[in-house]
Amino acid sequence: MKWDEFFVTGDPLIYGAMVSIVLVSLAILFGLTYYKKWGYMWREWLTTVDHKKIGVMYIICALIMLFRGGVDALMMRAQTAAPEMKFLTGQHYNEVFTTHGVIMILFMAMPFIFGLMNVIIPLQIGARDVAFPKLNAISFWLFFAGAMLFNISFVIGGSPDAGWSAYFPLASIEFSPTVGNNYYSLALQISGIGTLLTGVNFIVTILKMRAPGMTLMRMPMFTWSVLITCVIIIFAFPVLTIALLLMMFDRVFGSQFFTMSNGGMDMLWANLFWVWGHPEVYIVILPAFGIFSEIISTFSKKNLYGYGSMVFSMVIISALSFLVWAHHFYTMGQGAMVNGFFSITTMAIAVPTGVKIFNWLFTLRKGRISFTTPMLYSLAFIPIFTIGGVTGVMLAMASADYQYHNTMFLVAHFHYVLIPGAVFAVIAGFHYWFPKVFGFRLNEKLGKIAFWFIAISFNVTFFPMFFLGLMGMTRRTYTYSAETGFGPLNMLSMVGAVGLAIGFVILVYNIYWSTRYEPRDKTGDPWDARALEWSTPSPVPVYNFAVTPQVKGRDAYWFSKKNNEPLSDEKITKIHMPSNTGKPFILGIAFFFLGFFLVFSWWIPSIVAGVAVLIIMATMSFDRDHGYYIPVEEIVQTEQKLRGDTV
Amino acid sequence: MKIDATQPLEYGTEENRNRIFGFWLFLGAEIALFATLFTVYFVLVNRFASGPSGAEIFEITPVLLETFLLLTSSFTIGLAVHAMRLGLKKQMMIFMVITLLLGAGFLGIEIFEFFTYVHEGVTLSTSAFASSLFTLLGTHGAHVTFGLLWGTAILIQLKKHGLDHSTANKSFIFSLYWHFLDVVWIFIFSFVYLKGLM
Amino acid sequence: MNKRGPLFALLLSFTLLLSGCSSLTVLDPKGPAARTLSDTIIFSILMMVGILAVVYALYIFMLTKYRAKKSNEGYEPPHEEGNKWLEILWTAIPILIVAVLSVVTVKTTVAVENVPEGYENQEPLVIYASSSNWKWHFSYPEEGIETVNYVNIPTHRPIEFRLYSFGTISSFWIPQLHGQKYAMSDMITKLNMVADEPGSMMGRNANFNGEGFAHMEFEALAMSSTEYDKWVQDVTETAPELKEDEFKKLLETAHVGRMSFSNTHLEFSPPPSEDHHHGGDVNGNEEHQDHKDVHPDPATTEETEFDSETNVDPNEPLPNFPAEESPNHQHDGH
Repeated sequence: MKWDEFFVTGDPLIYGAMVSIVLVSLAILFGLTYYKKWGYMWREWLTTVDHKKIGVMYIICALIMLFRGGVDALMMRAQTAAPEMKFLTGQHYNEVFTTHGVIMILFMAMPFIFGLMNVIIPLQIGARDVAFPKLNAISFWLFFAGAMLFNISFVIGGSPDAGWSAYFPLASIEFSPTVGNNYYSLALQISGIGTLLTGVNFIVTILKMRAPGMTLMRMPMFTWSVLITCVIIIFAFPVLTIALLLMMFDRVFGSQFFTMSNGGMDMLWANLFWVWGHPEVYIVILPAFGIFSEIISTFSKKNLYGYGSMVFSMVIISALSFLVWAHHFYTMGQGAMVNGFFSITTMAIAVPTGVKIFNWLFTLRKGRISFTTPMLYSLAFIPIFTIGGVTGVMLAMASADYQYHNTMFLVAHFHYVLIPGAVFAVIAGFHYWFPKVFGFRLNEKLGKIAFWFIAISFNVTFFPMFFLGLMGMTRRTYTYSAETGFGPLNMLSMVGAVGLAIGFVILVYNIYWSTRYEPRDKTGDPWDARALEWSTPSPVPVYNFAVTPQVKGRDAYWFSKKNNEPLSDEKITKIHMPSNTGKPFILGIAFFFLGFFLVFSWWIPSIVAGVAVLIIMATMSFDRDHGYYIPVEEIVQTEQKLRGDTV
Repeated sequence: MKIDATQPLEYGTEENRNRIFGFWLFLGAEIALFATLFTVYFVLVNRFASGPSGAEIFEITPVLLETFLLLTSSFTIGLAVHAMRLGLKKQMMIFMVITLLLGAGFLGIEIFEFFTYVHEGVTLSTSAFASSLFTLLGTHGAHVTFGLLWGTAILIQLKKHGLDHSTANKSFIFSLYWHFLDVVWIFIFSFVYLKGLM
Repeated sequence: MNKRGPLFALLLSFTLLLSGCSSLTVLDPKGPAARTLSDTIIFSILMMVGILAVVYALYIFMLTKYRAKKSNEGYEPPHEEGNKWLEILWTAIPILIVAVLSVVTVKTTVAVENVPEGYENQEPLVIYASSSNWKWHFSYPEEGIETVNYVNIPTHRPIEFRLYSFGTISSFWIPQLHGQKYAMSDMITKLNMVADEPGSMMGRNANFNGEGFAHMEFEALAMSSTEYDKWVQDVTETAPELKEDEFKKLLETAHVGRMSFSNTHLEFSPPPSEDHHHGGDVNGNEEHQDHKDVHPDPATTEETEFDSETNVDPNEPLPNFPAEESPNHQHDGH
């Protein structure tokens, strides 16, 4: 490979991106050096095993990825805003929608949810940390390595261009000869391993580390949703691992899994991809359901209505999520009976989802609803997501899907599901739990302005797409002629996209503004909420709970406040903590280089990096560090400082 | 670290119990992984295009030998854990060494088998069937290879630190892993080789 | 403070905008298959609007009635675990709705997979539609002609499109006649449709397949059978013959305009076998077998070539040949 092929050249937008990447990196390096923060970075963040800090790092990455994916989205909307636009070339547009999809699902929604999970789950179940803190750090750094690997593709070697679903033979070396899809397979593989480990870690955490008295049916709904999500992860992600492995073999080693000759079967990829891909949708949606349940209950000042059926419906959804994958390709010609089966299983998902919607509505009933920013996102979720849900039922009807498939109608549908379902949820959760982590709330006024921009612009952007689909506009089309009549609605959609962008800018500005001016919260419970995480002081001390709480029922903290009973009557004892380690970070770097060298099929460096990975893992195995203890005096002092009173 | 003396050494601490439970979950994911590979294999098994079919290339003798070695190693790792429960460090280490040697023998035959296939002109890119066969066997073989490295690392730790909560826990988890590889091999033996030869 | 207002305003403005704007192609069918689909879609929209109305009514009621006000400052909401009967109610009603929709789905799916009602007794016109990056080739084996990027069909006669691809997966779609179906390299899929009025319709590939995807369109022109016969005769007499090497070159060319030929490429480049892949998950399809006896294999004159080529040429996409299906396979090739 020549050097001029190594870097992507020829497009002013790419040059702009390169320059900005270099400038931002330099600014970060300079800033760290100038403010002498290298040691701080290393000690407090890069080597941390604290679930709260790992969670924060996940969320920071997710916000950066939201920016990247959002810019992709704006570019797509700009290119299609009017007929025959000349903003992007066809190839560039293809790369942009591919990276938009991959980044938004795998490097924005998932890490955002993982971030909230990391911060909140141990707190909600009254635990000191997750079950395996070091493994948790490894998960994060593997995700980070994968995300970085995926993102450098657009300046080095070229981005993947076969859509986020990367159907074969389009994604094969024959039709997509750049290294773009190598990046796809390896970046997703690396971060996918991290995801799988997170799944294992959180199941053990939730099942084994709950505070005494917290039976399964006393767990907060967010914890339940994460437990079920992790079970899905354990069964779905290995399928992706294999699919990506086969993809890499086909592209790099010339195997014949999905080829057009020698017996390869292109639709096998589509099947494997969606056997993972559909459960993946629920991996991002179910925790969202949990977040909304927490928030709606808190701000209605009521317990969650129909707790049992809420749990049961999530279990049903997770089971059904593995039985619906073929609805992504009804049009493959598998016949009316197979399609009928998958139609019915798909529509069946509407039943448990409907149960949840009604339970939320009845949680509101007889409540005392206050419209805070997190509550606004949660309330906006209900009507918007219902549109996403009913259009999902429409798409589930195999016959009708012959007309919706691959059109903008589909695009509108899944944005109506994923944006209120996943994005609104993580933003709501972000606003809701922000004071827990940082000790102050985000400004409500700015938060509400951002909310209205986002909620209204969302509908302006995506509602027209339902009609564009019915007019016959296919998705992933980079240009169209004026005679099609697609112009006006696309322009409207562009207007909405700009509004969404403004909303997100206000949201980020709010973080800056609130950091400077928002009053600090001394109570640890600014929303008068219900679950255990609010019983700790804010920001949460490194050991979480000075004494392990004892749980007597659901909404344990709420009833402890109401009945004026302390959560625990035990005395403070010394607390065992895991020590920090830099090895997960180094392992992440090694995996990054392993992936990078494999992308370019540079064998010797790949082998070196692979050996490095094994050596780092071996040194971790030889580690005999069993952590350290925080003495009682230190705990007492911390608690006094944070609460402003004695314990 | 609270130590529960009523439990065997490897279950002695909360961390140990969590690790074992977590590893069971990981094995659940591994089952999903191999199930996917088997599915791919069954979908593609008759798509051998112009290349040979399984019946044409499989040979029963080396496969029986591989099966014998791996099954025996599963037995010896069981003995190693038994010795560990009795606190017999030396015997335990001997059984683990035997296990690893048997594993290495298995791996040697498998590599030889791959060479034979390549020699006969069957490579990863011959046909969809060949690709899926090599990938299924190769993934299992890679697991065995990783197991050999892992087992060696544990042996060194046993030598260095003796039997304690940490090393006992690691050895026990390793034994679970090794049994799992054995189970996967039984499926490969039955559904790839025997079915292919029928 | 509720967000229904803007949403309804949006809905209203869209409806107004659309009525003044272009029509919704999918809901403007020109044939029975597309009409079935259009009716299904409208039926489902009405059902869904009903569901939305219930949810939205409850939602607005809850938000207006139970919002925190100055007047209810000291109000403490009650503790409610749930209500068994209500929960059963909102499980049972959706199940009923899904049951109704399932019946409709299965019925309409079967209907549109088969030859449209009332046309079963007519011999369908078989057209092979094959895609290559980024063109559509239409072969009329009965007439012995071939076109590129346009297809003419007679009205009131069932058309059976047989779809396959020379490369990437594409999706054949003439929204005013029928929904779409994939064209793939290793199998043939079929789409039955009838046009019941003459006119020009948009047809295109709907499945993203690379750089030229946006321009992979064709015109479907329905005409009366007399006009159609005249056009066929025209092409047979005036269009050039398609040679094998020319065709290979044509496959390589990314974009071409319309073309007509007085023979078909099927003669030297036969389509893939009609067997389905048999994956554990992608089950074979019975209906395809049903039609085999209704119409003769189009290329009967070329059958020797069919037989010899399919299995031998390593460059051609190979069908699967599992042992148990081999008799079937032979049957296909006569």
